[in-house]
Amino acid sequence: MIEMQNLSFGYSGDEPLLADMSLNLPPGSFHFLTGPSGAGKTTLLRLCYADLLPTAGKMLAFGEDVTGLSRDGIAALRRRVGVVHQDPQFLEHLPVAENVALPLIVSGEQVDMRALGDLLGWVQLTTHSRVMPQALSGGERQRAALARAVIMSPDLVIADEPTGNLDWDMSMRLLQLLIELNRSGKAVLFATHDMNLIRAAKQQVQARVLRIAGKRLQLAGADL
Amino acid sequence: MKKPDLKSLDLAALWRGLTQPDGAGTDRVVPPTGFTAQLTLFSAAAMAFLAVFALALALATGRLAERWSSELAETVTVRLSAPPEQMDEQTVTVMEVLKTSPGVANARLLPDAEVEKLLEPWFGPDVPVEALPVPRLIEVTEGAGFDADALRLRLQGEAPGAVLDDHTRWREPLVKAASRLRFLGLVSLLLIAATSAAMITLAAKASLAANGQVIRVLRLIGARDITIATAFVRRFTRRAALGAAAGTVIGMIAIWALPAMDEAGGFLTGLGFQGFGWIWPLLIPPAAAGIGFFSTRWAALRMLREVR
Repeated sequence: MIEMQNLSFGYSGDEPLLADMSLNLPPGSFHFLTGPSGAGKTTLLRLCYADLLPTAGKMLAFGEDVTGLSRDGIAALRRRVGVVHQDPQFLEHLPVAENVALPLIVSGEQVDMRALGDLLGWVQLTTHSRVMPQALSGGERQRAALARAVIMSPDLVIADEPTGNLDWDMSMRLLQLLIELNRSGKAVLFATHDMNLIRAAKQQVQARVLRIAGKRLQLAGADL
Repeated sequence: MKKPDLKSLDLAALWRGLTQPDGAGTDRVVPPTGFTAQLTLFSAAAMAFLAVFALALALATGRLAERWSSELAETVTVRLSAPPEQMDEQTVTVMEVLKTSPGVANARLLPDAEVEKLLEPWFGPDVPVEALPVPRLIEVTEGAGFDADALRLRLQGEAPGAVLDDHTRWREPLVKAASRLRFLGLVSLLLIAATSAAMITLAAKASLAANGQVIRVLRLIGARDITIATAFVRRFTRRAALGAAAGTVIGMIAIWALPAMDEAGGFLTGLGFQGFGWIWPLLIPPAAAGIGFFSTRWAALRMLREVR
């Protein structure tokens, strides 16, 4: 699904932030991504949805080389990859329900109001459907972002430290939703610092832990 | 890093998005922006109003130039000044010369009544033409093969008091001035179109910049450039068309309310539209819509190029 072969990336061009990375994310897999701040976790995730392009090596997304994608091709890739950020952005002039349905709206697809209602129910935001995003709490914003990320039924869900600003209970709720998604066949790539969260997840799902250290990607040990 | 591919923006799809109803509610993704909306509406209305006048000027001067050049080009005048005792004799000679000159379709000696009428604006209605040393005037209608220079030479030889006036001397600068005015009117129209494009582009750019975050979110969730561009293009095209329609209507009413054309008013009262000429200003709103469409599309393309 996502395949990196000896991939390198650098912002300035001189010193690469990520070097010689190889990674394969198969369908239905669950991966955590850890590493110290500034190690390049967000950069690696952005490479996965072609927000950045590798400066060396090869990166395939759903069998296609991302460096050869047109702008429409990138848009199509992003409809297959749902992304949840630590600080999710919404269209602040639209209510939650419309923000969640946004990927369908911009794709010109019909919004099934019943399915939308079910989705909002799944992230426990049914009562917030007409609320404007600025009125949501941190946890509610994350759940709304998750609902928006999965409304197109993507093959891969990327979560970039979505629990960074949440308390433990809210983090566990979000994790639970991601585990449910994974059980329904979606691949999940979850960047986090929170080892407790990783341990909690590993009790429920077969998750692999990747660590960025020294610009390279390593498979973390089983002691987590 | 690979250069963004902007060729993927499909004009046909953009046009469909513009002309077909927005069933999916895609327009709502762009928040309403009061300032740029009002700026576009006002500038389109003002420019359309000015365009109506520039168009009226171009059409009126065009008519004038055409009338002067065609009407005056068809006739020449022979002016005969001679001592009273030779006047009749030279008149006969001139008429004879004209009859035998090639290219003269008709020669008519203006009767005193007509001459009196010509002099009326200067001397009043009761001018005694016979008491004044007024030259006799012979109106010559040109036919095929008329040669003014040859006729002038013949008249010089046979009737020295006769002068051929083919109006060229005073007609040419007038026709030239009218043509120049028409040209200036058309240049004004082009300048108005260019200024409208610049203003709409600026307003669109301001709107795009203000909505940078919206655009980034849309790209992130998989919106194509065409979808994002259409939301802006549709909005600005409508504003340009609506503003221009209002400006055009006001401009046309103002032109319609001008005093009716009369002889004394000449050019000034002839500034309005005539007959099918009233259709021309109706093209201003569609033209403004076109300007809005292409200006916003250009601005949106440039802006989107900066967002991955």
